[in-house]
Amino acid sequence: MLFKRKEFLQIGSLASASLMMPKFLKAFEKKAVVPPGNKVMVVLQFSGGNDGLNTVIPIRNDIYYKSRPKLGIEKQQALQITDEAGLNPALPFFKDLFDEGSLGIMNNVGYPNPDHSHFRSMDIWQSASDSNEYVTSGWLGRYLDAQCDGCGKPTQALEIDDVLSLALKGENLKGLALRDPKKLYSSSNERYFKEINASHDHEEAAVDYLYKTLSETLESADYIYSQSRRHPSSQMYPPTQLGKNLKTICSLILSDINTKVYYVSLGSFDTHVNQENQQKRLFTELNDAISAFVKDLKSNNRFGDVAIMTFSEFGRRVAQNASGGTDHGTANNMFFIGGGLKQKGLLNPMCDLNDLNEGDLKFTVDFKSVYATMLHNWLGADDEKILGKKYEIMSFV
Amino acid sequence: MSISNQLKNQHLLWRAAFGPMAENVNELADISQKELYKVLEKTSSKKPVELNVATNTFDGFMKGLQDLGQMQKLNRDQKKQLRKQSVEDLKNLNLTWLGEMINSEAQLREKMSLFWHGHFACRVINIYFQQQLLNVIRENALGNFGDLLRQVSKSPAMLSFLNNQQNKKQHPNENFAREVMELFTMGRGTYTETDIREAARAYTGWGFNLKGEFVNRSFLHDTGSKTFLGKTGNFDGDDIIDIILDQKATAKFITGKIYKYFVNDNIDEQKVEHLAEKFYRDNYDLQKLMNEIFLSDWFYQEKNIGTRIKSPVELIAGVRRLIPMELQKPEAQLLFQRVLGQILFYPPNVAGWPGGKNWIDSSALMFRMRLPQILTNAEEFLITPKDDDDVMMGKEGIDKNAKANQLQVIVDWNSVVKVFDQTSRENLFGRVNDTVLQTKNSINPNVLKRYVDNTSREGFIKSTIIELMSTPEYQLC
Repeated sequence: MLFKRKEFLQIGSLASASLMMPKFLKAFEKKAVVPPGNKVMVVLQFSGGNDGLNTVIPIRNDIYYKSRPKLGIEKQQALQITDEAGLNPALPFFKDLFDEGSLGIMNNVGYPNPDHSHFRSMDIWQSASDSNEYVTSGWLGRYLDAQCDGCGKPTQALEIDDVLSLALKGENLKGLALRDPKKLYSSSNERYFKEINASHDHEEAAVDYLYKTLSETLESADYIYSQSRRHPSSQMYPPTQLGKNLKTICSLILSDINTKVYYVSLGSFDTHVNQENQQKRLFTELNDAISAFVKDLKSNNRFGDVAIMTFSEFGRRVAQNASGGTDHGTANNMFFIGGGLKQKGLLNPMCDLNDLNEGDLKFTVDFKSVYATMLHNWLGADDEKILGKKYEIMSFV
Repeated sequence: MSISNQLKNQHLLWRAAFGPMAENVNELADISQKELYKVLEKTSSKKPVELNVATNTFDGFMKGLQDLGQMQKLNRDQKKQLRKQSVEDLKNLNLTWLGEMINSEAQLREKMSLFWHGHFACRVINIYFQQQLLNVIRENALGNFGDLLRQVSKSPAMLSFLNNQQNKKQHPNENFAREVMELFTMGRGTYTETDIREAARAYTGWGFNLKGEFVNRSFLHDTGSKTFLGKTGNFDGDDIIDIILDQKATAKFITGKIYKYFVNDNIDEQKVEHLAEKFYRDNYDLQKLMNEIFLSDWFYQEKNIGTRIKSPVELIAGVRRLIPMELQKPEAQLLFQRVLGQILFYPPNVAGWPGGKNWIDSSALMFRMRLPQILTNAEEFLITPKDDDDVMMGKEGIDKNAKANQLQVIVDWNSVVKVFDQTSRENLFGRVNDTVLQTKNSINPNVLKRYVDNTSREGFIKSTIIELMSTPEYQLC
C-alpha cells in the first residue's frame, strides 16, 4: 500500500544528502577549514535560579556565614581563587580555568525592579526587556533579525534542545532547536513533506507560521547533518545530557557551519529544599561536561574563538530558609569561559552583603550591558539595534 | 464565505471536546450547534467517576506509614522504591486519563479538566497527590471557580509543589502565595510584592499529612494582623482566597485565559470584558460561562475556526477519536507526549504549558506530521526522549530508556470507511478533506494524488485521511 512509507526513516548516504541540499547552502561546503577568528558564543542557561552565593563564595564575609548557618560553604572546603572568593567545591575544573586565565566572573548582575517569578524573570533575561515591559521576541532572535536579514535559514543560532527558547525567537527569524543533527535529519528527510511544502501558496497567518517552520527545517536539516559528520569528535564526554549536548556543539564548531550562537540549558536549580545535594549534582554534571568541551576545543585549536557565557534567571535570597534551601532572590554572578578573554578572574567587586534590599542583593551590572558587550565586541553585531538602547560596553572580551 | 453547518459542528467538537468521532461524523451535517452543545452539556453533567490507579504496591507502602514523621524512618532503598512505584503509577494515571479524553462521553468535562490541568500546573511525584488533584479538577471543572480554587489550594499536591508545607510563622515561604496570585487568579500587575508577603503570612500553617489530607497546623500560623489588597485583619488562607475572589481582576484573568484557550489566541478585549463581568456577577459559575461562549454566534466566526494550534495531547486524542484503534503498547503515547512537549502531570513549571506557537519548533513539527503514520501502524519509529530534569527539582521523570519501534495497533478502518458509503467517487476527496481539516484551505490535490492509494475505494479513503493528517494544516483546529 502506498501510504506505508518505508523510506521514511532511512538515513541516506551523505552523497544523496548533499544532492538534496539547496544550492545556496552548497556554497558553504567549499571552504575547507574555518579560519581562526570565526567567533562563536555558547550561552549556557542555568534554569530555575542558581544560587550564586554558593557558586562564587565570599569566604571572608561574616554576614554570609551568619545568614547561612547550615548552607554556608566553609572556607576550607571552597576552592579558593582570591583572598575573598572561593568556588563551589563541585567545580574543580573551573578553578583550573581560573588559574590558567580562561575564566571571567562578573558579580552582581541583574536589572532594576527585579521579579521573583521564574517565568517572568526568565522572560526578562531571554527577551532582554525591562521588568515593566513585555517583549515577545528574544535577544538572540533579534540578533538573527539584524545579522541575518535575507539569509533565509535559521542555522546561525542553534539550541540543543527539543523546544526552542524565547531567547532565540526573533521578530522575523527564529533559531532552530535540535536534540541532535541525526535526529533532525532523519525526521525531515521525507519527499511528501518537501512536496507539500513546495506547493504551499495560500496566505493565512496561522498556517503560514507552520509552513515557514517546515520550510526552514527542511532547508537546514541536511546542511546541519552533513556538517556535523565532517569532524566527529574523538574526545570522551561524560554520558550526561549536558555532556552529549556540548559534544554536539563541539562537532558543529569544528565543522564549517555558519552557526554563531549555540544555546543550551542545565537545570533545575530551583533549590527551595535540600539545596546542597541538588546543586552539587548539577555542578558535577556542569564541571565534567565543560572540562571535556574545553579539552576538545583546545586540542583542535579553537578555544580562542569560543566564548561560553552562563546565566540564570535570578540568584537566591542571602539567608537560607528553614528547609535546607533558599528562596528566589535577585542579582547573580555570570561565568565567561574562553581562550580569548581580554580580562580574566573577578571582573568586578564581590557583592556587598551590608547593603541589601529586603534580604536581596542589589545589582550593580545590568545584564543588558553584558549582552551588549558580547554582541558588540565578540559577535561584531549592532547591539543598539538588537537591544533597542545603548548600554555600556565593557572590555572583558 | 459561508461556513457549512458541519464545519461549525466540528469546530464545536474540536474546542469543547477532543474532535469528531468517525461514528458520528454523518450526524454533524444537519444538527444545529445549539442541539449539539446540549448533548455535550448533558453528557458532562454527571459527577465523574474518580480515577484510581495507585497499585497495591504503593498502597501497601503508604498504609504502613501513619504520619510524615515515619517517612524519615524509611531507609534509602525504601524511599527510592516508593518513588519508583509512584513514577510507574503516574504513567498509568496519564494513560488512563488520556483514555477518558478519547473515549469518555463526558467530553466537555474532560476538555475543561485538561484546561485546568494546565492552569493549576503541578509537578510532584506522588501518585496519591496527583490523583487526588486530578479528581478535584475533574469534579469541579464545570462547577464554581471559587470551589475549585479553594480545593486545589488545599490539595497536598499543590501545597507540596509550591512549598507551603515549609511556610512557617518564623520562616515564611512565599512561593505558594506568589503563584496563587500570579498564575491561578489575578495575574501580574494587579498586586504588589507586599501583598505577596502578607498573603504568605496568612497561608502559614497550611499543610498536609501522609494520608493526603489537608491540615491546618495552627502552631505554625502567623496570627498577627496582615494588610492584603487594602484590607487589614487577622487573615488566614481562606480569607485570602475570599479577598482574591472579590477582585474583578480574578474574573477578568480567568475569563481571558479561557477565551484564549477555547476561542482565539488573539483576545477580543470587549468580548472578554463582557464575559468577565457576567462571570463575576454569576459568582464564578463555570458552566454558565462556557454556555455563554459556545452558544454565541461569534464563537463560530471564520476567524475563530481552524486557527488554533492543537496541543500534543489534543493532537493524539483527535487522531484517535476520528480513527478508532486499539494500541497494544499504549505506553508509546507517553513518548509522543514527551517528544512533543506535553507530558500530562509533568508541566514545564507552575505556569503550565505556554501553548500556541510555542508548541511548534522544527523537530516538534516534524514529529507531529509523522504521528498519524506511526499511530496507524504504517511506520516504524525511533525516539530518543529528552532527559527531563528541567524544573523537576532533581526528581525522576519518565523512564528515558523506553523505546518503541513499530506500534502494534488494531485499527477499525471499517467504521471510518463506512462514514463515506453514501459519498460518490468524485466527491470523496472533498468529503474526506472536510472531515479531517478545519482550515480554510487544504493542500494541493495534485500533490496529494501522488501519495494516495488509488487501487481501491477503501485504500483511497484510508490513505487520504492519513496524508491529510500528516500536514501543517492538521495541526490547526
